[in-house]
Amino acid sequence: MPEIRDHINFLLNDKAVRLTDVSATATLLDYLRLEQRLCGTKEGCAEGDCGACTILVGRISSNKLVYETVNSCIRFLGSLDGCHIVTIEHLKKTDGSLHPVQQAMVDHHGSQCGFCTPGIVMSLYALWMENPKPNNPDIETALQGNLCRCTGYEPIIHAAQAISNIDTPDNDPLVKEREDIKKQLSSFRDGARIDIKFKDEHFIVPASLDDFADIRAKYPNSIIVAGSTDVGLWVTKHMRSISPAIFISNLEELQKIEVTPDRISIGAGVTYNEMLDVLAKHIPQLNDFWNRIGGMQVRNMGTVGGNIANGSPIGDTPPALIALGAELDLRRGNKQRKLPIEDFFIDYGKQDREAGDFLEQIHIPIPAPNDLFAVYKISKRRDEDISALCGAFKMQIVDGVIKDAIIAFGGMAATPKRATSVEQSMVGKPWTKETLSNSAKLFEEDYAPLSDWRASSEYRMLVAKNLLHRFFAEMTSKGDDVQLTREAAMEDVE
Amino acid sequence: MKRSNHDSAHKHVTGEAIYIDDMVEQTGLLHAYLGLSEIANGKIKSLDLSAVQSASGVVGVLTGDDIPGSNDISPTGKGDDPVFAQDIDFHGQPIFAVIAETRAQARYAATLAKVEYEKQPHLTDVLEAQKQNYPMVTEPLTLKRGDAPAALEKSAQRIKGQMRIGGQDHFYLESHIAMAIPGEDDDVLVYSSTQHPSEVQHMVSHALNIPSNAVNVKIRRMGGGFGGKETQSNLFAVIAAIAAKKYNKAVKIRPDRDDDMISTGKRHDFVVDYDVGFNPDGKIQAFYANYAARCGNSADLSGPVTDRALFHADNCYYYPNVLLQSEPFKTNTVSNTAFRGFGGPQGMVGGERVIEEIAYALGRDPLDIRKANFYGTEDRNITPYHQTVDDNIIAKLVDQLEQSSDYQKRRAAILEFNKKKGIIRKGIALTPVKFGISFTATWYNQAGALVHIYTDGSIHLNHGGTEMGQGLNTKVAQVLAHEFQVDLDQIKITATDTSKVPNTSATAASSGTDLNGMATANAAEQIKTRLIDFACEEYKVEKEAVSFSMNSVQVGDKSFTFKEFISQAYMARVQLSAAGFYKTPDIHWDRATGKGRPFYYFAYGASVSEVSIDTLTGEYQVDRADILHDVGNSLNSEIDKGQIEGGFVQGQGWLTTEELWWDKEGRLRTHAPSTYKIPLASDRPRIFNVELADWSENREMTIKKSKAVGEPPFMLAISVLEALSMAIASEADYKICPRLDTPATPECVLMTLERLKGEIDA
Repeated sequence: MPEIRDHINFLLNDKAVRLTDVSATATLLDYLRLEQRLCGTKEGCAEGDCGACTILVGRISSNKLVYETVNSCIRFLGSLDGCHIVTIEHLKKTDGSLHPVQQAMVDHHGSQCGFCTPGIVMSLYALWMENPKPNNPDIETALQGNLCRCTGYEPIIHAAQAISNIDTPDNDPLVKEREDIKKQLSSFRDGARIDIKFKDEHFIVPASLDDFADIRAKYPNSIIVAGSTDVGLWVTKHMRSISPAIFISNLEELQKIEVTPDRISIGAGVTYNEMLDVLAKHIPQLNDFWNRIGGMQVRNMGTVGGNIANGSPIGDTPPALIALGAELDLRRGNKQRKLPIEDFFIDYGKQDREAGDFLEQIHIPIPAPNDLFAVYKISKRRDEDISALCGAFKMQIVDGVIKDAIIAFGGMAATPKRATSVEQSMVGKPWTKETLSNSAKLFEEDYAPLSDWRASSEYRMLVAKNLLHRFFAEMTSKGDDVQLTREAAMEDVE
Repeated sequence: MKRSNHDSAHKHVTGEAIYIDDMVEQTGLLHAYLGLSEIANGKIKSLDLSAVQSASGVVGVLTGDDIPGSNDISPTGKGDDPVFAQDIDFHGQPIFAVIAETRAQARYAATLAKVEYEKQPHLTDVLEAQKQNYPMVTEPLTLKRGDAPAALEKSAQRIKGQMRIGGQDHFYLESHIAMAIPGEDDDVLVYSSTQHPSEVQHMVSHALNIPSNAVNVKIRRMGGGFGGKETQSNLFAVIAAIAAKKYNKAVKIRPDRDDDMISTGKRHDFVVDYDVGFNPDGKIQAFYANYAARCGNSADLSGPVTDRALFHADNCYYYPNVLLQSEPFKTNTVSNTAFRGFGGPQGMVGGERVIEEIAYALGRDPLDIRKANFYGTEDRNITPYHQTVDDNIIAKLVDQLEQSSDYQKRRAAILEFNKKKGIIRKGIALTPVKFGISFTATWYNQAGALVHIYTDGSIHLNHGGTEMGQGLNTKVAQVLAHEFQVDLDQIKITATDTSKVPNTSATAASSGTDLNGMATANAAEQIKTRLIDFACEEYKVEKEAVSFSMNSVQVGDKSFTFKEFISQAYMARVQLSAAGFYKTPDIHWDRATGKGRPFYYFAYGASVSEVSIDTLTGEYQVDRADILHDVGNSLNSEIDKGQIEGGFVQGQGWLTTEELWWDKEGRLRTHAPSTYKIPLASDRPRIFNVELADWSENREMTIKKSKAVGEPPFMLAISVLEALSMAIASEADYKICPRLDTPATPECVLMTLERLKGEIDA
């Protein structure tokens, strides 16, 4: 058993902090505003959807110190051991002059009421450090998780493009001092388990994967918290207790990505953004879709494992993973079992997971070069929205005949679910518009979607059918537009 | 000078700008939280707050019985807006408040109430209200000129139809908040995120049963308002003040975002029934429209909002015969309130739908129909409320935009593109805006300012307007700096404060700069007059020999720095402080007869939007928007452009993705950014060209001949709706008006397209 620690250590801007009295439900935002009186970071929604509370978290991953934007409103303080928390107050230079990001925002009239501004500055700061000369889509992607109600965004985009005219990131303290900070953060990592009980709340940060398995076995009803993009809201919106909570965002063993010729295997703690590069290389069909999951902050925190394990019928990744035939490794203590992902989802709120189980790894088959594969997310707003429905299609066509078809949808049933009637009706039929028109009708046998605030039942059904047509059109297109093109967005308007 | 940055820009970007929740808290500060009703209509049979009382950290609870004065915060004095309700009128109506040591404790405790209700049937929809003859929350309005019913009968062509127009949540990034600090005697100081400090003052005084002079309300800045903090801040301020006096401690109240959206009012939804008669050339002969509004549980500002909808049904068009009626219906939803445009946008969207109807019926470009019906400059220039439009520049403005945006060529290209009948269709539309400037409550058109010059020459500026991001303080400070010819950084902008400038009007109706800029100029003028008199006497010169320029004062052949001169004036016992005042001249309005000149002038604008839609899913994007907007002689072009761009995108959100959705229980289910979708950076037009009509100047004597800019640009986004409509209309070769309602969500676009396909088949 590892050593047990009763406190957490982290860097807050330029000072080291050691905290013992930390509640499992304490959020980083409340800590910053109420205890540290660092009030530059704002609360806009307390659910990770507006970005006013955006700060940077520096963490060591694969021996590198990376800084990512995070919604501090739904990030638990207890999960930040060994991290560097950077708030808006850290940006102003010691001589009192503005940081290049701040100066650009002033120069381009990027603020009106100013309430979203600190969050936007932090998002642009993270972007500029990684990508000093961003184009229009880069900026829009960086700002997917930041709402501004005043400006209409145009001046903010101009500001983002102008930062590097003021200075390069090479002169930025977080870039220059990165190695020193890394050393300091490394020194916090003593291999101990953290176990803190405070104010009737209890949380544990496991020392290792095996330690996690032991803890989970001991507390089979514990709440596992990876990115907290969902569990965060249980606390901020529903005021629920999450004790005992196991914070696993520090477990590097769960953050591994392995690629073999036929599959990608990821640890359950891999964030959406950590998967971007490997997806771009091996499953490029997912690129656009992947960048429409949540906003940037959510993709920095949220994990694919969490998206699966919470069992939501409208999680973004399950339809694609079902269509690709992904497999899950579930673990309890030292026992592991494998399970096709589609069998994991049993009913609304019910998964094939027993007390003490946890999701350890996800294996995603790489589609064969001649596999036809696409995934479509339909939502009210293009970015940072929850799917009204989300459909994934994978087919094999041999000599003009549909040899194999997998179609899976989210938002159409109580779980992410395959359209087996539609699939079966197509297999062996010619790959033609007529086949698909006939098969599309069978969605009515596979699904009886609900009406809610995201979409009506009628719309969901109609669009599910139409997406089959989109899939055909896209796969057979000879250059005609089959989806909205973001061309103007792709060029630098300035 | 014209391009000065927002006065708080440095503080915004560093996080140093202080909003109410950022203020240093007094020792012992308590937190209040609201308990909300769980039914949409009925009575409270019993309210058991014992579990709330005994929860950890709880100091006490407040119900209607704990209000020393009046349990009412209705801004119109109708007595229909309780602080805490007994009779429940909507789901989420406040019924009690809990006071605790921390906000988390108060918020949690508020969930522990045991309430027994006697439920009654509820109604959330306007059409249902119309059908059931539900009561109206305030007097309807009729505007009438000529004989519309007779003219409709005689018209060559006639179309009747209906349009549903959705509401909108303000989604200011800073939720409502108030903090009250008790003082001696009856005194209470209230910091309130409000656009209307004087009204907050009155409400606190009524609720506490104390005179207004005991209540001081302050606000330095809001994190957005958009009308949502014109009356809705009363609730929070009153509760904080009552609790502060009761417990003799500072009390703060800040609802969670969800509770803010559930328990405070929004933009009114409307159902418009219209009937239009026109000639084959597209000229309108007669227009009738009934504007039924979802007002929610009380009157609030629904009277003037629905009035303003009627005032803008004409937009830029002359109706020879017109009859307009409003129906401000009560519904079991939260009381709707002011929101940028104040009913004007809904009025205008209805009017523009009718233009579309005529265009599609005649197979013409809607722009041609618009031009055919524009108000004239010499004749055809009387509005439905009998005001003469005497500053009309819309034809020139539209012509210029039509050219600069290359409208005709692009429209031709789009018609060609759509001929392929592909999955993607495009649409383009040019829509104009004419918006009336002034409060229709004529007495609101007054303002005060307070200017002090200290002996070191630094200047203190205070005025009755509030800063919600629109740059009002910056513009007013520019006016003052211009008057004294000093640098802007010589002027300290200070928090709006009911003890410095009394009896102020709401910062609303786009009037902030017009009113407060003039009041400030008036204060400066008084001090300048005294200074000039002093100079004439002291240096024996004529008035003409005294001038202010570049931080100095010229007196004959002598020149002093401003600071030196002020010091001299002080030593000579010149009063260096003045209270300024302004009231808008020449306006009058008789609601009973529907006649008058409610507006001092009109602000104009026009926009062209181009969109693409996906006919399989209804998804869309705005490919390009071009705007030409009239702000008269701009006081600050960058701030004005910010209002135009921001207003357009906010308007686009209203007409497209922002959907308020109530379930069968009468619960609002889109009450957070996860479910209520305002535009993101990637939703703004892919190409966005915004120009000011730099040749325009206000014909009236406004401050530096500028025009108000807060609300008018919001309605420029109507071109997005009409472009979407055109893209849909391509399905039926533009022969059928798609009658696209709002919000035009992807679902609404697709289902409208499906309906259109059905109509073709029929």
